[in-house]
Order: sequence, then C-alpha cells, then structure tokens
Amino acid sequence: MWLEKLTASLICGLAELLTGARAIWRDNQPQARQRIYFGNHTSHGDFVLIWSALPPALRARTRPVAGADYWDKPGLRSFLIKRVFRGVLIDRTHGDKQHNPLLVMQEALAAGDSLILFPEGTRNMGEGLLRFRSGIFHLAETFPDVELVPVWLENLGRAMPKGILIPLPLLCTLTFGAPLKRHAGETREAFLERLRAALLQLAPPQH
Amino acid sequence: MTATQQMTYLFSGIFGLLVVATTIGATLKLRAGGAADSATIDNLNARIKAWWLIVAFVGLAFLLGKTGMILLFAFISFTCLREFVSLTYTRRGDHHALALGFFVFLPLQYYLIHVEWYGLFSILIPVYAFLFMPIFEALAADTTRFLERAAKVQWALMICVYCISHVPALLVLPITGFEGRNALLIAFLVLVVQLSDVFQYVWGKLLGKHKVSPNISPSKTIEGLVGGVATSTLIGAGLWWITPFSPLQAAAIALAINLMGFFGGFVLSAIKRDRGVKDWGSLIEGHGGMLDRLDSISFSAPIFFHIVRYWWVPD
Repeated sequence: MWLEKLTASLICGLAELLTGARAIWRDNQPQARQRIYFGNHTSHGDFVLIWSALPPALRARTRPVAGADYWDKPGLRSFLIKRVFRGVLIDRTHGDKQHNPLLVMQEALAAGDSLILFPEGTRNMGEGLLRFRSGIFHLAETFPDVELVPVWLENLGRAMPKGILIPLPLLCTLTFGAPLKRHAGETREAFLERLRAALLQLAPPQH
Repeated sequence: MTATQQMTYLFSGIFGLLVVATTIGATLKLRAGGAADSATIDNLNARIKAWWLIVAFVGLAFLLGKTGMILLFAFISFTCLREFVSLTYTRRGDHHALALGFFVFLPLQYYLIHVEWYGLFSILIPVYAFLFMPIFEALAADTTRFLERAAKVQWALMICVYCISHVPALLVLPITGFEGRNALLIAFLVLVVQLSDVFQYVWGKLLGKHKVSPNISPSKTIEGLVGGVATSTLIGAGLWWITPFSPLQAAAIALAINLMGFFGGFVLSAIKRDRGVKDWGSLIEGHGGMLDRLDSISFSAPIFFHIVRYWWVPD
C-alpha cells in the first residue's frame, strides 16, 4: 500500500514540477460527489494531470479510463495503471459484445467511483475538439445523478505533441467548468453537442 | 570603502527598508480588521512577503559571485520564456524553433557571458536566432500565420533571454578604477528599477486619479508614474557612491532606466491585454509570474548596459 501511495505522490509532484500545472475551478469547486470528468485528449499524460489536480481525498475515489492496448503491458505500465491510478482499462481493439468498454465503466460507477475520460476516444493532433464518442451518453443515461464536469487541458498537447521527441517546458493549465447533467429526453446528438460546446468554451482564445 | 563594505551597507539598507515595509503592512492589516479595503492590504502584504524571498535569492547570487549570478539570471530567463511562450499562440510547426530557443540559444547566451565573448553575445539572438528559427519553422511546411508566428518566437527570445541577459553581462564590463565592483552595477540597476515599480504602485494607490492608458493597464496612473519615477530617480542619485557615476550622472541614468522600465511594463501589459490575461503566471504570490516582475528590468537592462559601456568602458 505504501509503495502505491509513494509512487502516486512522486508522480503528482513530478507532473507539477515539469508542467507547472495549475488548476482553475471556474463556476465549480472540488467536491466529494460522484462525477465524470471529461477532457480534451492531446497526450498520454492528460489523465495524470487531471488526477493530480484533484485533492487527495477525491483522487482516491477517481479512476481514469485508459486504453488496455497501451497500458495493460506487464511491468511498470501495468503496475502504474492498476495499482497506482486504479485505472479502468477498456479494450479498444475488439469491437464485439464481450469486450464492450461500457460494462467496466458502468461497474466502476455502480461501485460509487468517479471517472476521468476523454470522449474524443483518441489523441487529437490538431486544434479544437474531435467528434465525441457516444459512450459518455450511455453512462449519463444509466447514471443520471452523476455530474459531468468538463476539464480543458491547455498546453500539454503543445508541450509534447504526438510523435515529437523533445518536449517543451510549457506551463499547463486545467480549467474545470460547471457540472452538467443530461436533460430528460435529450437526444444523443444534442447531449454530445452540448457537452462538446461546454468543454470548448473553457479553451482560451486562439489567435 | 571596499566593494564588500558597500555591499554590506546596501543590503543592510534594503533589510531595514523591508522591516519598515513589513511593519507598515502589519499595522495596516491590524487597523483594517475585516474592512472592505483589506483586499488591497492583503495584496500589499503578499508583495512584501515575496520581496523578502526575492532579496534573499538575489543576495545569495551576490555571495556566489559571477557564476551564481549568471545561473540565477539564466533561470530567470528560462522562467520568463516559459511564461511568455505558454501564453503565445504557436503551432506544431514552431516546435523545433522553440526547442532551439529553450535548449540551445538560452544556455548559449549565458555561456557567452561566462566566457566573456562579447562579440557573439551581442549578436547571437538578433542575428543567429533571428535567421535560424524561421528556417526551422519553414522546414515544418506550415504556412498558417507564418510571419506572425516567426515574429512571436523571436520576440519571446529577445525579451526573455537577450534583454534580461544584459543584467549579468554587466559583470564582465572592464571599467577603469571600478575593477571587482561590477556586481554593484547590478545592484544599482535592479534596486532603482524595482523601487520605481514599487513607488509607482504606492503613489498610484495614494494619489492616482488619471489613468495613463485605461486600455492597456487599469492600474497605471499619471500620478503614480510621475511620483514613482521621481522618487526612485532621487534614490538612484543617492546611490551614486556604489557606482562609477557622479551624483548628477547617477540621477540622469536612474531617470533613463526608470522611464525604460515603465515602458517595459507598459508594452508587456499590452501583450497581456491582447491575450486576455492579467498576469503572466502564478509563480510569486501577489506579483503574478516572473515576467510580471521582470518586465521593467527587461527593457531597462540593455539601455543601462550600453550607457555604461559607451561612456565608462575605454575603447
């Protein structure tokens, strides 16, 4: 147990040192409520920053959703994702019923944990946001009381973009927006569009 | 008086000043209680607290000598550049140019001060970085807003690295009859310019009515500007004994660097407004980021350096 805790605080400290990460809670406060934090996905370090930005008490009950293809490798990666971050591993390679990624996420929510997920599904190389996958809609449908919190990560993708070796020492900010819930009877398209707009609204002006 | 004695007197003076400021801050806080004005007082106290830290750091660098001073300002440049680039819009195509700025030009610029190669120090960024960074950006083959991006990257390096590096470069100026005392020039520059910022803030809070330019900075007032620049010009004149200048020369130079310092803060405020932010960062409580504290030094340091070099360094 102590090894996991030590590793966790080391990783959080290192992430803060390297990225100067600063959390801004806009129209929102860190609260001990069950939530789904959803962010823009630009680098492998995304969930680490969101996870680090939460107060330790919330962190203990918040699990990042991560791709098993990248993380479920024996050794360090597996130790980190399973024991330190208590990640919810989803299978992105098989498309069949047996490997439905929704099931494991629903299990975690049913157990009372919060989730960190990236509805774009893959790292975005460009600007703005990709189309949202529908998984988050199904979760909101099954768990209507869980709050959806948009988190805009600024600069992490710019500091270490996909496929570039030398990272830039830029300062990253995380902006947590006001919590959202699904309106009764809201369609999938309208719901995903509203979530996407709420996240995009937290981004700083681009020019 | 030896250089060590002068330094001791100077730091004792600063220490005394901080003790007075801390006492005033604590008294104001005590008297205000929970009054509406206490946000200003809290900010004042946070600033004073940060000043203790800044003075401790700078004092340590003075004790460590030339290498310590170069390392301190290299670190300051790094932090400023980091804040500047973090708030500037760049694209993936700028990545290599920026990496070159952070990891090659910045360390090289300070290394050149260490080896006292003035010729290359003075042209490294205006010539070599100016030409090589856009080459790397063009190689990335992204033409979107190209000229704007190339200009921003160059600006970042000029302000945060080139200009600021002129502070430790004062150490290697050979001034006849002033050997071994160059660190006092740094003390003069930093003290006069920073006190000008402090007194502009104080006079502005006490008497400020007419804004210099509300579009750029809501807190800069004409009363603050005149009061602050006048006060710290007098302080500069009073510090002539730590410099190679006469009292009158010290006053004229202090006035020049105070005005440059004011415009440094003014220009960098314009950039902040354009980016929609109040501060460059959140490094120092009450002050914002490193660049919020260094904006005035950045504009005054090269001018101060060249005034001294032109009139006090023999050909």
